[in-house]
Amino acid sequence: MENSFLTSLILFLPVAGALFLLLVPGDKKQVIKYIGFGFTIITFILSIYLYYQFDVSKGGFQFVDKASWISNLDISYFVGVDGLALILVLLTTFITPIALVSSWSSINEKVKEFTFFVLVLEAGMIGVFVSLDLFLFYVFWEAMLIPMYFIIGIWGGKRRIYASVKFFIYTMAGSLLMLVAIIWLGVYAGSTPTGFTTDITKLYQIAPDMAMNIQLWMFAAFAISFSIKVPLFPFHTWLPDAHVEAPTAGSVILAGVLLKMGTYGLIRFNLPLFPDATLYFAPWFATLSVIGIIYGALVAMVQTDMKKLVAYSSVAHMGFIVLGIFAGTVEAMQGAIIQMVNHGLSTGALFLMVGYIYERTHTREIADYGGIAKVVPVYATLLLIVSLSSIGVPGLNGFIGEFLILLGSFKSPIYNNWIFSIIAASGVIFAAVYLLWMYQRVCLEKIRHANLESLKDLDTREFALLIPLILFIVWIGIYPSTFLRITEVFSRDTVNTFLQNIVK
Amino acid sequence: MIHYIYLSVVFPLLGFLINGLLGRKIKNEKLIGTIGSGSIFLAFIVILVSFFELLAMPADSRSVTVPFFTWMNTGELNVGFSYHVDQLSIVMSLIVTGIGFLIHVYSIGYMHGDRAFWKFFAYLNLFIFAMMNLVLADNFVLLFLGWEGVGLCSYLLIGYYYDRDFEKGTVADASKKAFITNRIGDFGFLVAMFLIFLTFDSLNFASVMPQIGKVGDVGIYELIAIFLFIGAIGKSAQIPLYVWLPDAMAGPTPVSALIHAATMVTAGVYLVARCAAIFALAATAMMTVAVIGLLTAFFAATIGIVQNDIKKVLAYSTVSQLGYMFLALGVGAFSAGIFHVMTHAFFKALLFLGAGSVIHGMHEKQDIRHYGGLQKYMPKTFLTFLIGAIAIAGIPPFSGFFSKDEILWDAYANGGLLFWIIGVITALMTAFYMFRLVNMTFLGKPRFDEHHTHPHESPSVMTVPLMVLAVLSVIGGLIGIPEVFSGEGGNVFKSWLAPVFADANLILGPHGAHSHFEEILLMVLSVAGAAGAIYLARHIYLNSPAIATNTAAKFKGIYNLLLNKYFVDEVYQKTIITPTVKLSEKFLWKQADNKLIDGTVNGVAKIITIIADHFRKFQTGVAQIYAVVMMVGIVITIFWIMSRL
Repeated sequence: MENSFLTSLILFLPVAGALFLLLVPGDKKQVIKYIGFGFTIITFILSIYLYYQFDVSKGGFQFVDKASWISNLDISYFVGVDGLALILVLLTTFITPIALVSSWSSINEKVKEFTFFVLVLEAGMIGVFVSLDLFLFYVFWEAMLIPMYFIIGIWGGKRRIYASVKFFIYTMAGSLLMLVAIIWLGVYAGSTPTGFTTDITKLYQIAPDMAMNIQLWMFAAFAISFSIKVPLFPFHTWLPDAHVEAPTAGSVILAGVLLKMGTYGLIRFNLPLFPDATLYFAPWFATLSVIGIIYGALVAMVQTDMKKLVAYSSVAHMGFIVLGIFAGTVEAMQGAIIQMVNHGLSTGALFLMVGYIYERTHTREIADYGGIAKVVPVYATLLLIVSLSSIGVPGLNGFIGEFLILLGSFKSPIYNNWIFSIIAASGVIFAAVYLLWMYQRVCLEKIRHANLESLKDLDTREFALLIPLILFIVWIGIYPSTFLRITEVFSRDTVNTFLQNIVK
Repeated sequence: MIHYIYLSVVFPLLGFLINGLLGRKIKNEKLIGTIGSGSIFLAFIVILVSFFELLAMPADSRSVTVPFFTWMNTGELNVGFSYHVDQLSIVMSLIVTGIGFLIHVYSIGYMHGDRAFWKFFAYLNLFIFAMMNLVLADNFVLLFLGWEGVGLCSYLLIGYYYDRDFEKGTVADASKKAFITNRIGDFGFLVAMFLIFLTFDSLNFASVMPQIGKVGDVGIYELIAIFLFIGAIGKSAQIPLYVWLPDAMAGPTPVSALIHAATMVTAGVYLVARCAAIFALAATAMMTVAVIGLLTAFFAATIGIVQNDIKKVLAYSTVSQLGYMFLALGVGAFSAGIFHVMTHAFFKALLFLGAGSVIHGMHEKQDIRHYGGLQKYMPKTFLTFLIGAIAIAGIPPFSGFFSKDEILWDAYANGGLLFWIIGVITALMTAFYMFRLVNMTFLGKPRFDEHHTHPHESPSVMTVPLMVLAVLSVIGGLIGIPEVFSGEGGNVFKSWLAPVFADANLILGPHGAHSHFEEILLMVLSVAGAAGAIYLARHIYLNSPAIATNTAAKFKGIYNLLLNKYFVDEVYQKTIITPTVKLSEKFLWKQADNKLIDGTVNGVAKIITIIADHFRKFQTGVAQIYAVVMMVGIVITIFWIMSRL
């Protein structure tokens, strides 16, 4: 592993941007907006550069950067990327500028603070994905709650305080158990020749040998924290509240990136560190995933608020990802990872578009719309494309993820049962129901309310933000190889190591 | 050209992109129409040339795989945008692009002056693009892309007039219904693919097909076949998922022609035919296919008899004819099924476009009770429509006769007398309702106000496609003359497809032996019956319409049952849709989610608050109390330490 500064640069650039912002007077809103955009876009360009430098044929971590932190406990600042981390860093740095610019028209109060928090949040999210030290990971994991708390709590809707406190406490409560488990892991390492450490590359070697009963506890401590973040049924109720109250940019980042931290954690920690416990719990997680897929879809179907509908659809979609993670096949793992990206793109775009229309009419109630395809044809067309992507129509991105997940889970040696895949596959029907029904009630039929007649179609900025999203939606749908190859080696290694570990 | 077969997919896609992205700016109808039809014409040329190349090859090497680019390559899965040209896919491609092209040309006239002319052509092109992927795919996943693609395009095109009302609901309802019903079938297709991957470790035809029968047990073949058939039921509108197709007429009429004739609904038939070898190993599934097909053919025909909307009669006749095709597949007459796909494409496209011409001329009126005597106003439409009706009624030597007769004969030979009887009754009903339609529309006295309504013949851009289709409907059957007349191997169509179905036929074994006499006798009976039904229709609807009204009044119950399509939509609504929505809203969301799950989360928080409230009382802020507690603590600690000394 050669040391490289690149990962750290991408990680700290948004922080630098945030600090730089502090020097700019708060009333220079336009300057602040451009600075924020500038820093996020440079971060994105750098991560593209990282992608080009990354060797997809190699396993293990690349571009690692390590510095001692608490040396006698072998806790260090240790970052680096493998295929999984890289693709999620790309997703993060791609979504953040879009979310930021989407708020240019809607957020006019405390612009400086808002931009500051978004930049800090971005750094926190990148940190979560690139940390190779559990302690460092935990710091980023918790730190990133703070900016999100403020984004919802300050710029949110009417019940923003309730939603932000619920979001904060709920996810925090889950994380505390993880902290205990992290310390326990370090202590466990201390009892082996390795000595106390939170370095995950070292823990990967020794943790799988832990006694089964301890693995189960460790697994649970990590998994509860991640399940809340995903959110896996029945830990999902913070999500609709948070989404409904969050400003558009908050929702986009929340759906686009934050939820993936939960599924990321399951792949990064639970599978390789506690393989036997993973095997033991896999049917439970598959069951909850499948319940989430059907339940989320059915509840989404009867929502009257567009944002809530999309929020519940997230519960269903994230269920697919968890199902894929525990299947123990390369196809399902690849599907789960690409689906994390897909969900970020599609749901991010959906929230963006709900936000656009909300800015115009100040209502998110489906019943307040109807027939707007006639007055805003461009909006209606793009909304249809995004909805179809979320529905999983082949040719667009959603299908690739869902198909690989279902295919891989069907032949899973872990579940060894078709039923999960079959029930999950029936979720494709419900996805079509709730999204097309919403689309019909919003865009089609006759215009029901006079105020809609004067609705304005997308302006250049709004359009320009959606185009990159849609570009990737189509790209992944038609030529997913570009993305699948990033994680192919990672998925193969992870799945194979996992299967070898449980045979032992 | 065969190695560039993907061009036949690319051209429609280009047409879609040009008209879809720039059409709003182009505005010029002629240019848009030319781009739209031209792209399909180019695709047709590619297919036609490939067909001749295939023809020039030796019969056993007429199977070419043309890779284009990789799609999904991960783990053990490797599928691409790769195309497979063989006797079956080329026949289907010729139908899709050939009939598709005629429908495009017709649409230039039919859609003239429409508010979104460009959008219509973009959608049509996308439809052909999807269908070409479907029939040319060399793997199941790409086939599924086309499969869902035509579902999507039907959604877009059925919902084309998205702000209009349709029957009891809206056009948007009809389009959503089509998509969701199709998705139910797609679910079956998905599961079938998983089973195939599990059994054969691949989803590419090239590696799956040779393994059929060599791996796995009968059970798995039954399962695969049944789930594939669930997919086919959805796409090809069979019982119990046929409900979307009649509502598909909410779209512009050329769309109906496209969905009913050239594309979409034939996909299910194609899928089963493509997987013939799998079905051949699954006896129960085969029987299911045959029975479902037969029942669908019969029940749809009974509904068709009493409908008064010209498009609706045709819609139910499609459902019914598709039933025939599945009957054929189910009794192992795969090439007969595909033959009927082809002849049906000719005459059903003709009939729908003819109906469109009538509707066009009658200013959007579709109720045949307000037609009558249109023969003199639109002679070309009348003549071509009449040819279509004769063809579907099964009168020789029109195309429908040959394919239908082949199916009926195979149903008798492999399925038994009962299959044949129900099949023939359906054929008689078909002849009857088609000539009810002809008589009520074109003959007799006008039943509309001739002073206010001025029917007119359609422009030649519409009537020329009708004439081409009419010619095909007349002669199209001649490539499939039964062997009883043409001798061993004389059925050109059957011989052409024979290599594709060789494996399946080998598994199924030879047909039961029957004499030529039987075959000719049954043929004569069915033709005589059809002729009788045509005469009856003429007698009732031209000479004494009172018979119809009296019969309807006499059997009011049955009549209402048929008129309301056995109330199937209403039953689905009451037993499935409404309960699911109610359950989701009243129970899952408002009770389970809000009260139980979220209530628990907030409840835990509340309990902690309550407990904390009690503990808070210790924090009085009075220094003396803290001092006292501290003192007590120190004293206890001292005693504890002393006790241990």
